Amino acid sequence: MPELASVQRKIEPTTSTAPLAVSVRGLWREFGEVPALRDVALTLHGGETLSVLGPNGAGKTTLLRVLASLLRPTAGEVSVLGCPLPRESWRARGRIGYLGHEPLLYRDLSGAENLRFAAQLHGLQGDATGRIAELLDLVRMSRRADELVRNLSAGMVQRLAVCRALLHQPELLLLDEPRSHLDPEAAALVEPLIGPSPERARVLVTHEIDAGLADADRVLALRAGGAVAYEGLASGLSAGDARAIYGGAP
Amino acid sequence: MKVPSLRALSIATILCLGAGFTLVFFYAPLDADQGFVQKIFYLHVPLAICSLAGFMIAGVHAIRHLRSGDPVHDARSYVSIHLSVIFGVGVLLTGSIWAHASWGRWWVWDEPTLVSFLIVFLLYATYYPLRYAIEDRDRQARYASVFAITAGAFVPLNFLAVRMAQSLVHPRVFATTSGGLPGSMLFTFLVCLAGMALLWTCLVCFELAAKSASAKLSRLRRALEGETYAAPNRSRIAPSVPSRAASPLT
Amino acid sequence: MSGGRDRGPDRGRRRGHSLHAFRAILAKDLRVELRTLQSVPAMALFGVTTFVLFRYGLDRTKLSGGLAAGVLLATVLFAAILAINRLFVAERDEGGFDAIRLAPVDGTALGGAKAAALIVYLVVLEAITLPVFALFFLDSWAGLAPVAGVLALADVGLAATGVLVSAIAANSRARDLLVPLVLLPLLIPVMIAAANAAEPLLAAQGPAYGGIGKWVGVLALYDMTFIAVGFAVYDFLLED
Repeated sequence: MPELASVQRKIEPTTSTAPLAVSVRGLWREFGEVPALRDVALTLHGGETLSVLGPNGAGKTTLLRVLASLLRPTAGEVSVLGCPLPRESWRARGRIGYLGHEPLLYRDLSGAENLRFAAQLHGLQGDATGRIAELLDLVRMSRRADELVRNLSAGMVQRLAVCRALLHQPELLLLDEPRSHLDPEAAALVEPLIGPSPERARVLVTHEIDAGLADADRVLALRAGGAVAYEGLASGLSAGDARAIYGGAP
Repeated sequence: MKVPSLRALSIATILCLGAGFTLVFFYAPLDADQGFVQKIFYLHVPLAICSLAGFMIAGVHAIRHLRSGDPVHDARSYVSIHLSVIFGVGVLLTGSIWAHASWGRWWVWDEPTLVSFLIVFLLYATYYPLRYAIEDRDRQARYASVFAITAGAFVPLNFLAVRMAQSLVHPRVFATTSGGLPGSMLFTFLVCLAGMALLWTCLVCFELAAKSASAKLSRLRRALEGETYAAPNRSRIAPSVPSRAASPLT
Repeated sequence: MSGGRDRGPDRGRRRGHSLHAFRAILAKDLRVELRTLQSVPAMALFGVTTFVLFRYGLDRTKLSGGLAAGVLLATVLFAAILAINRLFVAERDEGGFDAIRLAPVDGTALGGAKAAALIVYLVVLEAITLPVFALFFLDSWAGLAPVAGVLALADVGLAATGVLVSAIAANSRARDLLVPLVLLPLLIPVMIAAANAAEPLLAAQGPAYGGIGKWVGVLALYDMTFIAVGFAVYDFLLED
């Protein structure tokens, strides 16, 4: 029965009645004269997961930063949570959880202080303390929450970064190789936090092709240079085809 | 900045400047105190006025650039500052020669206009290293505009402070407001000022036209030779005009 | 890069929220400074060393009037550059710029908080260096209180322009070079006005107050101009 449900979800995601979480058409982003993304289009509904695959230099991180409103598109239409970027980016900000390569934590503050600071930036007032304690507990960082971030290991910092990204209960999660720095045990610990959930859409950048395909409702595969190799249902792309994109073959 | 044609503008500039200098040498009377060297006034003061006006115009373009995001305004702001800095070198040289002729020293600190101009010149000279230090084109343009606006607000404040700091007012050979000039001198001065303003405008238009042409050329080359073409000797700090049109959507 | 700033109906709400963000960023900066002591002690040390340098450079053991004002102001301005250089280092190196942009926070809140933090550093710096200066060079301490007032006005102007330049420099390759290069010419009017205001206050025969009004006026005008410029342009410095 559960198996059937998951199949169902993969066959008909385009008819999802959930509102569009991300809609991108004709997106170009150039650095200087060099395009990092070329004519990228994608759609993602609430509750779905999009896996972004592609070799190094395919513009995966650039795409994620554009969706997070951290980078302006050079051309094209980008709409995130119903807000066209960059015009209304501030309306989308605060509803997006972004977990990138950098933890975005101050090294001279403790984990708890960093999370309190993030809560203040996001305007969470009353329940912030409870929410912070709850998250720290879930990633098993409660005991070390008062240590300076500079004294923590990369894995612990990454767990704090997960807390920071989830603190304000975002409607869209942007995850850039979220399992990097994490040992299998810690990865299992954060998986329920950042895993699929009907309450939020996810964009997942990953190098692990099989895991990326298994997790996803939709897949966006980018070639080196930022052109789209495949965009559509996860069931429409086999792991072999996905590997071929990494090899550079069309 | 819609000018009928470069040719008409060039002819008008040559005629006006030619007429101005003819008047300087054959019409304007010799100054009673200073004699012939006073004639540098007709070069020095119009240069200074055009240079300062150019800095202000750059500030206005910068405001329009930030409001619209159109890189054309950044290019105009850049070219305005560029030419005003070149004119500024002329101002300092002619001012220095004049100071030597009338007071026997190459530099005088108690001539507030000259000192103010030096400070303004020093500030605008940092425009180039500032642009050079920022790699991303969009950000470079935006920060350069912020600089142009800040520096534009600085110019009048600086003149005010330097003027007030003059403990003793140096005996001025000419009044800064042209009111004290005899009619023939005033007329000559105004023709020279108009000629210099035309020269500034003309040079700005030439540089913008050159930039626009080279941007078109490099775009065409790229279209012909594909991705491999890299523009030769491309300045890292000068904005290309109109870089918007270089985006692949057109 | 299309469009300038949005002017949606929620702008008012955002302003209210910006105040929270302003307080949060300022508190964070002061907490980090208290913990790491990376700016203020260096500035104070630099200030005192510069006084010693001037003592031999000028070969004077007593200063008064214009010379005293010049030495004091030049020292404070140069010491300020140390802090201005470091103002955005944590934001750039530790992802603060991104974290703040991911939150619904106005760029002005960040700029304002940084300016406020810089003013606090400068006030602490002056609380340390002004007595040392008097101890080293002055016969009378009578002019110190009004001089402190002049310095406070100068601090506001320093913070307003310093934050602009520091934010530009933080996102460039030549951070340490750019700050003094761009900032020093911008600060010349502050130097002129503050030194002229402080000159009669440090006169050898005791402080005089005649004629300092117009200089205080110039300082106030400078402060207001660059606070206004900062409000107008700060959002553009925070974008990508």
